Amino acid sequence: MIGAGKIKQYANVLDKPLSRGRQEVSLSAFAFLFSELVQYNQTRVDNIAELERRLEDAGYAVGARVLELLCHREKGNRRETRLLGILSFVHSTVWKVLFGKVADSLEKGTEHEDEYMISEKELLVNRFISIPKDMGTFNCGAFVAGIVKGVLDGAGFPAVVTAHFVPVEGQHRPRTTILIKFAEEVLQREARLG
Amino acid sequence: MAAIYSLFIINKSGGLIFYKDYGSAGRMDTNDSLRLASLWHSMHAISQQLSPTVGCNGIELLQADTFDLHCFQSLTGTKFFVVCEPGIQHMEGLLKVIYELYTDYVLKNPFYEMEMPIRCELFDLNLSQAIQKDRVSLFGR
Repeated sequence: MIGAGKIKQYANVLDKPLSRGRQEVSLSAFAFLFSELVQYNQTRVDNIAELERRLEDAGYAVGARVLELLCHREKGNRRETRLLGILSFVHSTVWKVLFGKVADSLEKGTEHEDEYMISEKELLVNRFISIPKDMGTFNCGAFVAGIVKGVLDGAGFPAVVTAHFVPVEGQHRPRTTILIKFAEEVLQREARLG
Repeated sequence: MAAIYSLFIINKSGGLIFYKDYGSAGRMDTNDSLRLASLWHSMHAISQQLSPTVGCNGIELLQADTFDLHCFQSLTGTKFFVVCEPGIQHMEGLLKVIYELYTDYVLKNPFYEMEMPIRCELFDLNLSQAIQKDRVSLFGR
């Protein structure tokens, strides 16, 4: 709070306004922590699908908390109830808080009605990571997919969320696309709401 | 003609973990590069002990008739060295840049095993960009 001369004392901790949070953390510290998270999980799995699932689970817990926090902090204790509303909430609000910027793009899948894609040219968690050839299509963005799943599940939009590398023409590095496939009930409800 | 002939990275026990040559001069096969790396490791260690100056950190520059060898040792004992044309000045800076790329794209990569040969796509990519940039700045002067 700008201009607040001294810190006000609150008798009850619940009266205290919610902190805005620190806007920046060290990228290196995060990169090392994330690298350790991946390495730790790697020692506990037999195959790549399992590793992907474990990273997703780790992200899910983050997503559930982020939803709770941001609804309170940014939305005045309200949450989005419509499909497009929650998607743009993930694409802009959540992304901004987690990665300091809005996601590069949010698109609707062309082949299926229930699919949406959030694309990022260089996903923060993948900034320093080179996937070895023998791991095939594995993407550490599974962690971010887990976060998105956590947010959507918590808000009442159950979905299957996966992370994929998509090659871009004229670029060395593929971009990462977070593919969101909503459950049938979500689309039915959405149709009912009109 | 390329200013830099080749780049080596050796781990703290003297094993070659990265080797790349630029241009045709001084190119060598795998066995020779491994031999040269461990030879340099030992020479570096011996020079440290033989040096008359107190607190010597080993050879930083070796000057020969046909090449210069610049070496940079990190705190953990990983050595980076480049073989280049004689009389090139700014190699310390380039070695620091390479060290920075190593800490970013190799050490922060969860799939890299410490002290093992470096096979990281992003490291290769950024390294070649750094070398390219270095060449441009060299010719620009």
